[in-house]
Amino acid sequence: MNGFMSKEQWKKRLNRRILVNRIFYILFFAATTIGLIFLAMLLYRVLTQGLGCLNMDFIKGFPAPYPDEAGIYAGIVGSIYLIAIVAPVSLVLGVSTAIYLEEYAPKNRISRFIQSNIQNLAGVPSIVFGLLGLTFFVYMMGFGYSLLAGGLTMSLLVLPIIVVAAQEAIRSVPNELKEASYGMGATKWQTIVRVVLPASVPGILTGSILALSRAIGETAPLLIVGAAAAIYTLPDSVFGPYTAMPIQIYSWISRPGEEWPLVAAAGIIVLLAVLLLMNAVAVIIRNKFQKRY
Amino acid sequence: MNTTHVLKTEQVKPNPKEEKNVFEIAGLNLWYGNDQALYDINMNIPENQITAIIGPSGCGKSTFLKTLNRMVEMVPTVKTSGTIKYKGTNIFDPKRNVEDLRTHVGMVFQKPNPFPKSIYDNIAYGPRIHGIKKKKDLDEIVEKSLRGAAIWDEVKDRLDENAYGLSGGQQQRLCIARCLAIEPDVILMDEPTSALDPISTLKVEELVQELKENYSIIIVTHNMQQAARVSDKTAFFLNGELVEFSDTNTLFSNPEDQRTEDYITGRFG
Repeated sequence: MNGFMSKEQWKKRLNRRILVNRIFYILFFAATTIGLIFLAMLLYRVLTQGLGCLNMDFIKGFPAPYPDEAGIYAGIVGSIYLIAIVAPVSLVLGVSTAIYLEEYAPKNRISRFIQSNIQNLAGVPSIVFGLLGLTFFVYMMGFGYSLLAGGLTMSLLVLPIIVVAAQEAIRSVPNELKEASYGMGATKWQTIVRVVLPASVPGILTGSILALSRAIGETAPLLIVGAAAAIYTLPDSVFGPYTAMPIQIYSWISRPGEEWPLVAAAGIIVLLAVLLLMNAVAVIIRNKFQKRY
Repeated sequence: MNTTHVLKTEQVKPNPKEEKNVFEIAGLNLWYGNDQALYDINMNIPENQITAIIGPSGCGKSTFLKTLNRMVEMVPTVKTSGTIKYKGTNIFDPKRNVEDLRTHVGMVFQKPNPFPKSIYDNIAYGPRIHGIKKKKDLDEIVEKSLRGAAIWDEVKDRLDENAYGLSGGQQQRLCIARCLAIEPDVILMDEPTSALDPISTLKVEELVQELKENYSIIIVTHNMQQAARVSDKTAFFLNGELVEFSDTNTLFSNPEDQRTEDYITGRFG
């Protein structure tokens, strides 16, 4: 720095730079801590309120008019059925769309238009998807207030998220790998199946986990497409009536009386547990793929 | 060459006495969108020889190489005119599919680009996409290809390990082996040693010399010493034009064009 500033100036600037460096470290650490504090508060509140009600009778019981008899079994089964519809439908449609947009579609105005629309759809409030599901699946297709209508509505809701995540994952596959494959006379389809998809599976799964977690926690669209708040049987077919965990929690929490919020808290614990379990399974699948490729 | 697992629609045995052309290029122009990258290229590339393509950065040498197996069309805005005949048939003929062309004309890239798979699966990739499924056949191809690329002894005990664990030079020879596994007639090499250290470069150069026996090799290099060391013929490209194309010895000792002389004596580039 000789010639541009004096030794004292340089020393002063050095101290300032180190100070600024320190301040930003503290700032970012504080930001992380604030998030963690609220998460801890949430967990503390839910656990202290809900653990008292949480027992096998609650997990295996159906809804009831009295808090100490109410159970979430119908909700657990309903949510699992919903995911069993949402996961295959949204994954197949979403990944196929992403492959088309990334690998086949010409890069022109139209594809850019579609692209930005998909990104906007990912941000549309879920209640709007509920209205769409009500109009299309419940009435036009005549599915009624059924598991199928609920599942398909949820699939539409998470579809844009999966498409965007899968596109990101596919785009991150190095061009050199695709060139290597094409250079040996592979077709586009062979290159996609053998090179692009294996390399992007971890990314696609990470996005899908987030999307399906959103689906399992959604309440608003299911209320609109007619998930039942009180139901005493399990769905017997995809056209049967159903309920889901968030619906149960919502209905309990809006009831009068001091004990119902405690039941709702127990429901939240179960919902969180199922979510964690689902994520764990997906993470295991993802790690398996990461090891292979 | 042993052709027990031939994938080709044709296989012409070369006669070393008679000099034949593997590529006959006439009036080739190429544009990226509105920017012309190649201007009226006319040249014949001989069979079973090493042809080097030299020239400064941006002269179109890589573009030209990638045109020979139509990899250049990965860029969607590319337009071409003129003809490139590969063993007598125009590669731009709409009836000729690129998959077939690229099985005959293999390619090795600038940066080693093995798949994130095992060494075995890397080599077996080509044969598999062409429909060879039997383990025994694949085993045979893998060994033959790895031997052909002079890397068999280094990797034979760890064929099921990930190819990313190899050094850069080994990865590049693995990529050459992977290319050999589809039994091409021509191997295009796009600056294959530019990402390698001098020892690995030497090994690849030696390998290129050995491969000449069975393959026609076209190698793009920005390293003039390398062109002089390994090639039989050399083409000098400048600003998208073919300036000079002749025997390597002639081009380096007695260039016809002033621009060639300026380039090889280091006056520019």
